[in-house]
Amino acid sequence: MLANEAAASAGWFLEHAYLIAVIPIVGFALIIFFGKKLPMQGSEIGLASMVSALVLAVGTTYQWIQLTGEGHEVEPVITSWTWWQSGGVEFGIGQHIDGLAVMMLILVAFISTLVQIFSLEYVRGDRRYTHFFASITLFSGGMLLMVLAENMVQLILGWEIMGLCSFLLIGHWWEERANSEAALKAFLTVRVGDIGLLVGTAILFGASGTFSIAGLNEWATSGEPSHTVLLWASVALFIACIGKSGQFPLHTWLPDAMAGPTPVSSLLHSSTMVVGGVFLVARLYPVFHTGLDINVAGQTVNLIAVIGGITVLIAAGLAFVQNDIKKVLAYSTVSQLGYMMMGLGVGAWVPAVFHIFTHAFFKCCLFLCAGSVAHTGSHHSFDMKKDMGGLRTKMPITFVTWLVSTAALCGIPFFSGFFSKDEIIDGAKHNGYTAFFVIGLVGAFMTTAYMTRATYLTFFGTARGAAAGHDAHAAHDAHDAHGEVDHEPVHHPKGFIFATESPALLVVPLIILATLALFSGYLNAAPFHIEKFHHWVESSIGVELPEAAAFEWINALPSIGLVALGFVLSLAMCKAVFGDAPSPLKGLTQRNKALGAGHAFLVNKYYLDALYEKVIVHGVAHPVAKVAYWTNQHVLDGIVNAAGIGGRRTGEWVYRNIDQRIVDGAVNGSGAVARGTGGALRPLQSGKVNQYGALLFSAAAVAALVLVLVNS
Amino acid sequence: MLINNFLLLGAVLFCIGVYGVITRKNAVMVLMSIELILNSVNLNLLAFSQLHGNVDGNTFALYIIAVAAAEVGVGLSMVLLIYRNRKSIALDELSEMKG
Repeated sequence: MLANEAAASAGWFLEHAYLIAVIPIVGFALIIFFGKKLPMQGSEIGLASMVSALVLAVGTTYQWIQLTGEGHEVEPVITSWTWWQSGGVEFGIGQHIDGLAVMMLILVAFISTLVQIFSLEYVRGDRRYTHFFASITLFSGGMLLMVLAENMVQLILGWEIMGLCSFLLIGHWWEERANSEAALKAFLTVRVGDIGLLVGTAILFGASGTFSIAGLNEWATSGEPSHTVLLWASVALFIACIGKSGQFPLHTWLPDAMAGPTPVSSLLHSSTMVVGGVFLVARLYPVFHTGLDINVAGQTVNLIAVIGGITVLIAAGLAFVQNDIKKVLAYSTVSQLGYMMMGLGVGAWVPAVFHIFTHAFFKCCLFLCAGSVAHTGSHHSFDMKKDMGGLRTKMPITFVTWLVSTAALCGIPFFSGFFSKDEIIDGAKHNGYTAFFVIGLVGAFMTTAYMTRATYLTFFGTARGAAAGHDAHAAHDAHDAHGEVDHEPVHHPKGFIFATESPALLVVPLIILATLALFSGYLNAAPFHIEKFHHWVESSIGVELPEAAAFEWINALPSIGLVALGFVLSLAMCKAVFGDAPSPLKGLTQRNKALGAGHAFLVNKYYLDALYEKVIVHGVAHPVAKVAYWTNQHVLDGIVNAAGIGGRRTGEWVYRNIDQRIVDGAVNGSGAVARGTGGALRPLQSGKVNQYGALLFSAAAVAALVLVLVNS
Repeated sequence: MLINNFLLLGAVLFCIGVYGVITRKNAVMVLMSIELILNSVNLNLLAFSQLHGNVDGNTFALYIIAVAAAEVGVGLSMVLLIYRNRKSIALDELSEMKG
């Protein structure tokens, strides 16, 4: 155990922070082995392990705040054990606890706990209830293992555990073909990116000779490595981040992943797992910062910022045409992840990491609201147009928490999202990335607009379909795509008609999360000169970044104005298109060809899925298969045939000359000898045990005699 | 010499055991003879353990006692099965192993 000097006085919780990851993993094993026999079918173990992890995480956070309070120069608390050795290279496993890791630890432990509480009610009566809790607990363990990773190998381990759990949980209701396909798509798409993680790690290890994250960060800023190595390593690693965090070319898996149960969407696919890619960039920021020349004077564009910026816009565009409330939120998540990436790309490290923090609360809350609406209000349908509407009076708590989180997501001043998102936009302007400043503003406008639409469709207007109570079972049958057929909740009596507020187990997590969505921004509120969060995490950056601009309300005006404009425009559009009053805007996409084409373009997700399936799979894989087939038929078969004919000729010669004469002669001869010997020994095999014993002992006696004679 | 006495006793027991295994027709008697052989070996091991002043031989003897117990268990159950099938445990009638 190699604890450094700083760790010696760091405090018990900081030195034993690895326990936070160990507890859920042990919990997973217990659930798998004993879960089904327990009174609550294993969910109590999952919840208990998450609560104990949360307690430890709170202790760790408290001690970390204490530590950073003493002075600015804070050393990370690093502990490492040897995991295994191979060819003289030691692979360690341990912990690297600094501001970033502590922030992620408490975030993941906290959100996991709340989501497990929510799940107690939400998946009650499910066929694979125990497995659900086992997977979700293992996921938390894997994520915690990744965020406190001391080296790249451990990080990959946690990363892959998360990928596996994502696959298991998306496909939780695998009886529906769509769900198992979505699970496969998510797994394989992320896998494409994971190759980049392995390649990047290999490049870094080959060049620096270390897997240690602290070592790599120090090495990247030392000026020792060549720029080319860092460039390729950061590009390779960034491909992994694109896959995991649903960035532009590989974002298509994330909306499909909504096929999983809603708690899964809110935990894995909005607040924790998908920020894994952003976390990796933040963790190895010196590598990316140096490799991609971020913040070098005169740079206006770089890979991370471009991918992030594109993602912000295209995902926000797609969110406008979704009818499924969870898909709106999924595209919103993709778009916000784009913000985080863009923030890291323009050198706004602290705002980007702060956005991970605030986004987790309000997006998790939004997903849980959607779950609450579907669970109670719309009879397991997620279709906003068919089965929702007018729910604001029937589900007041869900409605208020949704509104608070939406306000935070849109970046309305004094809600948490404002303090993080606006700082990213401000950072882009201040650091000279003007294009991304504009993208950020447009993104903020679009975010407000699509969230207004979703809010209007869900909670305002007249109740439709299942939300209105009539035709509830038809709606239910039509929406088995979510696989909820396995999951008929026991507390809905037959003939359940009117939507009411959800039970307490669903509502309490919502209230907690909404409160945090409201207040968590005040940890780092630039307008009030609060920089606590900045102070806690800044030691994790590892490079010198340009000073953040001093906050001025005049700079925030454009984004606030655009948010307001987006709200007003979108509300007007919604009232016209979805309201009861007749309006010329209704059915506009059916009448106007240009608008209709635009709509179809969005509905078909920019034809990216079609591109991947038709062009890449058909255009690349099929010709490759054809060429391979032709080669097989003509070239390989020719070779095989020629070899066959040659072989036959040789074989005939060998048969005549060698086989028949020499080998057969030898075989026949040995056969005759064996037969003779056998015949001679036959009487010995009498079948009488005593005779065998006598033979055995006389043989032993002879052997003993020989031994004595030889040794004397 | 003390050690010689032990070894001699072991050798005598061993010979009696071998004689029993070869000549006896009764399967139970054969098993008992095998026990004699094993215990003569134990005696040898203990004698040498005493001579060299270490516990290796004692350890082996313990193992052999354990293995012998298992062996008798298996052997007796086989004898029991043979008896059920043939109403006899005379070994000279058992020649199914004849090749």
